[in-house]
Amino acid sequence: MNILLTLVWLLILFAVVMLHVAYATYFERKIIGHMQVRLGPMRVGWHGLLQPIADGIKSFFKEDIIPENADKPTFLAAPIICLVAMMTSLAVLPFAKGWVLADIDIGLLFIFAMSSLASYGVVLAGWASNSKYSFLGGLRSMAQVISYEISMGLSLVGVMLMAGSLNLSEIVEAQGDSFLGMYLMPQCIGFFVFFISMLAETNRVPFDLPEAETELVSGYCTEYSGMRYAIFFMAEYIGMMVMASIATICFLGGWNGPFAVPFFPPLWFVLKVYLFMFLFIWIRATLPRYRYDQLMDLGWKLLIPLALVNIVLTACLKALIS
Amino acid sequence: MTRPIKQHLEIPVADGAGERYSLRMGPQHPATHGVLRVDLELDGETIIECIPQVGYLHRGFEKLAENKTYAQALILTDRLDYIAAMANNVGYCVAVERLLGISVPLRAQYIRTIVGEMSRLCSHLLWLATHALDIGAMTVFLYCFREREILLDLFEELCGARLTFSYPRIGGVRQDVTSYFVDELQRFLDMFPSKIEEYETLIDTNRIWLKRTVGVGTLTGEEALALGLTGACLRGSGVDYDIRKHQPYDAYPLVDFEVPLGSDGDIYARYRCRMEEMHQSVRIIQQCIDQLPPGPIIGPDAPDLVMPNKVPARIEAGTNEYGTGLIKLIRDRNLYISGDVYVATEVPKGELGFYFISDGNNRPYRMHIRSPSFIHIGALAAIAKGELIADLIANIGSLDVVLGESDR
Repeated sequence: MNILLTLVWLLILFAVVMLHVAYATYFERKIIGHMQVRLGPMRVGWHGLLQPIADGIKSFFKEDIIPENADKPTFLAAPIICLVAMMTSLAVLPFAKGWVLADIDIGLLFIFAMSSLASYGVVLAGWASNSKYSFLGGLRSMAQVISYEISMGLSLVGVMLMAGSLNLSEIVEAQGDSFLGMYLMPQCIGFFVFFISMLAETNRVPFDLPEAETELVSGYCTEYSGMRYAIFFMAEYIGMMVMASIATICFLGGWNGPFAVPFFPPLWFVLKVYLFMFLFIWIRATLPRYRYDQLMDLGWKLLIPLALVNIVLTACLKALIS
Repeated sequence: MTRPIKQHLEIPVADGAGERYSLRMGPQHPATHGVLRVDLELDGETIIECIPQVGYLHRGFEKLAENKTYAQALILTDRLDYIAAMANNVGYCVAVERLLGISVPLRAQYIRTIVGEMSRLCSHLLWLATHALDIGAMTVFLYCFREREILLDLFEELCGARLTFSYPRIGGVRQDVTSYFVDELQRFLDMFPSKIEEYETLIDTNRIWLKRTVGVGTLTGEEALALGLTGACLRGSGVDYDIRKHQPYDAYPLVDFEVPLGSDGDIYARYRCRMEEMHQSVRIIQQCIDQLPPGPIIGPDAPDLVMPNKVPARIEAGTNEYGTGLIKLIRDRNLYISGDVYVATEVPKGELGFYFISDGNNRPYRMHIRSPSFIHIGALAAIAKGELIADLIANIGSLDVVLGESDR
């Protein structure tokens, strides 16, 4: 019975996430459209509301091109690796009290492990495509993920120290006593580092160097077409959602809000996640792209030292209080 | 039993040169603007060698112009730098007028100055849009197109076309400006400076933009001169050379404007020069509108370059004898002199020069176009060496090249 229930939850989560991915693209196109003084999708459905569905159908029926000299098995597996790694992370996210598929004690570590696995997909896609642009994109992604994964991990050590747990639900509960019920203020340095790292981790502007369409002609996904190309972007949007969820859980008090909502427990969680999604999109519309060495400079010379300082400060503070 | 010969494994030793990576960037590449191909030798992402290749358009304008009368070849010139077509038209007309000794009425000179500067705005807006897009700033791209659209509408009002104009004529302009055009242009001039500030707010205050442009693609004044750069690329390196000031033509000696200069010679300096040039263009157009004198729009000594009588020409057009109007007269008249002349004008991208050798015929014996884009692409090899792939993209953008006038 438990297995059946888990399967039902799994299916519900899958459906919700797929809908989220579809409509996150719509959300992005509309917001950027209005920021750039244009309308965004307007043709399919009312105000273009059915555009994501149309895009999905179109992607599904587009020709699936595989380059002749590509490493076929790896080329086919790469987008699946990205998608699976990102979707697996969803299992441990607590959307509200008790609304979690797997409430494990090492939730935060599990998410890190899974999100770094997604970079394998990108690297393998770059290598297997047998294209120089893709190869450079894959290499960029590898170096980028390694450096920003470190700063991201370190930025959350402060949260772990304060909450005394790696369980995501417990981290949310632990924030109850903090100012505004969030770790945002005491962990402002950690949040700053995490926020920048999450942009880099999800290959978003200004850190979209692995794809960099004007430099590497879409980089690791240059040779991908149709649904395989779409899968990479599904993974990217799920990645955005996962990272926004971690930021919400670790710094903004998760599902807790200024007042309780009886009808939809994850309301505050969803609102906070979409606040981050909006920031992702806003930044994309505003900022140019970093150069590669500048990106590495930022990661290694600014974010990692800052995150280390944050750990020391938090540890000292914790020792003083206790 | 013989013992097997021991096989020694050959371990390859990295010798540096063998580790290089060659990349053919373009001709189908979003940042190589048109059909530029750049052959790159890379060490990681660092450019060891950069060889720009032009020649994928196969246009042959110069040869084509040698087989056409001077007036017929005018329509080729707006296909050179199609981003600033009207400025090319003006440049060609000025060159032919100097060769043939044709005078231009003052009103036509003012109008040509207006359209030349409008072309500069159009060109700089497209440059800013694509340059920003190359560096990843997409919003600026769309904002610039918003204002460029107004200018294209104005061009359409002026001459009926939005890209291939052929509005200036040898000895004047094709037709007079309308009051609607002047009013709309005035409205644009009132609004446009605030829009330039909007672009600058998006870009100049952005730390990432500054990191991508300051100190990147640096050329000293001497290097820029040695490479033959002109326009904002040269002035960004601090060399005060602008044909509008130094060899003025049309109404430029009658208006007051400044030539913006940079000092660092980097991408940012070139960017700032062009942004300031947009302000100066607004100033020039405003003065031209204010001072626009009445009078004819075509010179008295160039009567054969316009339709002598519109009614017969239209009738003849219906009888498939259109050529007796414009083109036949040019062929018949014997006003051509022998000799050679090089005349340059300041188009948005730099010095556009036309060199004619005339043997007294109604078409040039030889014609050569000194196009700024071709020279600027040549400079790319020197600028990009030792920099990163991302800088190459920023450099191509900052040089503001159009392939239409590179492969002539």
